[in-house]
Amino acid sequence: MPRAEALDVLKLRGDFPILGRKVHGKRLVYLDNAATTQKPRQVIEALVDYYSRYNSNVHRSVHALGEEATEAYESSRERVARFVGASPRGLVFVRGTTEAANLVRFAWGDRAVRRGDTLVTTLMEHHSNIVPWQMLAKRKGARLRFVGLLPDGTLDLAQLEGALRESPRLVAVTHCSNVLGTINDVRTICSKARDAGATTFVDGAQAAPHMPVDVGAIGCDFYAFSGHKMLGPTGIGALVGRRDLLEEMDPFQGGGEMIREVFMDHATWNDVPHKFEAGTVNIAGSIGLGAAVDYLSRLGMERVRAHEVALMKGAMGALSGIEGLAPYGPRGAASRGGVLSFNLGDIHPHDLATILDEDGIAIRSGHHCAQPLMGWLGVAATSRASFYIYNAEDDIQALKASLERARKVFRL
Amino acid sequence: MSSADIYREMILEYYRNPHNFGKLDKADITARDTNPLCGDEVEMQIAVGPDSTIQQIKFTGKGCAISVASASMLTELAKGKPLEWVKGLSKEDVLKMLGSPELGPSRIKCALLGMKVLKTGVYAYMGAHYEDEGANSAR
Repeated sequence: MPRAEALDVLKLRGDFPILGRKVHGKRLVYLDNAATTQKPRQVIEALVDYYSRYNSNVHRSVHALGEEATEAYESSRERVARFVGASPRGLVFVRGTTEAANLVRFAWGDRAVRRGDTLVTTLMEHHSNIVPWQMLAKRKGARLRFVGLLPDGTLDLAQLEGALRESPRLVAVTHCSNVLGTINDVRTICSKARDAGATTFVDGAQAAPHMPVDVGAIGCDFYAFSGHKMLGPTGIGALVGRRDLLEEMDPFQGGGEMIREVFMDHATWNDVPHKFEAGTVNIAGSIGLGAAVDYLSRLGMERVRAHEVALMKGAMGALSGIEGLAPYGPRGAASRGGVLSFNLGDIHPHDLATILDEDGIAIRSGHHCAQPLMGWLGVAATSRASFYIYNAEDDIQALKASLERARKVFRL
Repeated sequence: MSSADIYREMILEYYRNPHNFGKLDKADITARDTNPLCGDEVEMQIAVGPDSTIQQIKFTGKGCAISVASASMLTELAKGKPLEWVKGLSKEDVLKMLGSPELGPSRIKCALLGMKVLKTGVYAYMGAHYEDEGANSAR
């Protein structure tokens, strides 16, 4: 295969209106992409187009607008499913990764998990891949077990093997850590988990936006991601599930759309995936997410990934020259996603973020919704720069210069 | 207001060597709170004098320069004052104490965490409930 052409970042930045704005009089350097990404014109216009031309409810309105909206909604489902190698009928639109996990917690967990069962998650998870399972375990009298990490911030596979010997009901793991950047070998993990009889849930919130994902190749039972972390609007995301599992599962919420027939004493359920989409769905959001995956597909996810690996190499090189800077996570840029967490001297991450903000640089500071991981790292918080398609070397240089200035402000 | 103004020598001095940091052997009031946004935490302990004054006060915790300096300076300010004084303490007083009248909406929560803990503890001791103004007035 010929080597993929690099992204034309300067041209691509023109698609993002927000990147033209100033922050405190400086060019916006947006490095908080793991929290949410900016939106290209193409996505914003898809939302405006829906609301100004064919706004209508979906599935039950037979008028022209209703048919156009339904067509757009279901077409988005097809494109988003294709984007991660899934079948459209196995893709449920949800609010985001958090809602996806909670859907599985109720619709699958209520039936599948029993007293005394073991559920497995890992120490590098976002709270959204811990707390739903904690609540499920508590309700069912099951036990939640954590797989630990090796010193380099990768998953301790020996511990995973140990956990799998307990025949857990569920293995919930992230595809890519939102703090360490660690990319887990979810294909191997899911294969081992399946051999142990466990159902697998993969948190793809930091992976689907940044690298090619094929849920079939991964072999997971559930895969979840959020639209707003991949150029799409907030309030929309997807849960991809194995069809036979989705068929067996109970509904998540009750209401309109998810039913086939309703009688006074009972109801029957609509087909998958509609069974899980109660009430009026996020039509505009799904259309926006469709436009977002179109945008990413045009760029090509192989190229997106190559761009981020190159950025990460550059960032790790540039930041390693800063005295007192301690980075977290795997050392090799190729084995991690586009997030770089660090601490600088004794500067608290919140103070650091305040100083960087003055230079127009947006980073994240805090526990990143991963407090068990913070405990393992032995810190209360970290600073985190996270990259995306519109970031380039100039952003890394701006970050470096601002970090050097922060050292001066704090008299390090 | 620029960070050079916020992080003046004095703030950094309090951050790195906070005064009144530690625990009391015997405390009449103990209160603790965290800032869920950033995980900052402050615990304050007070020994109340016979005349209902703050005889001794210490704090522990971890956090950013603003929250640590604010909590520490607050303990110095409060020492020797009547408990009643705590009730009148305001957001403006704390910002004036820090010399940072213009902290942004997210960082002001760091500045006010110490006051929130102090008020929570003193109000409870006096048999009252402190309704956190911090969360609402923080804008």
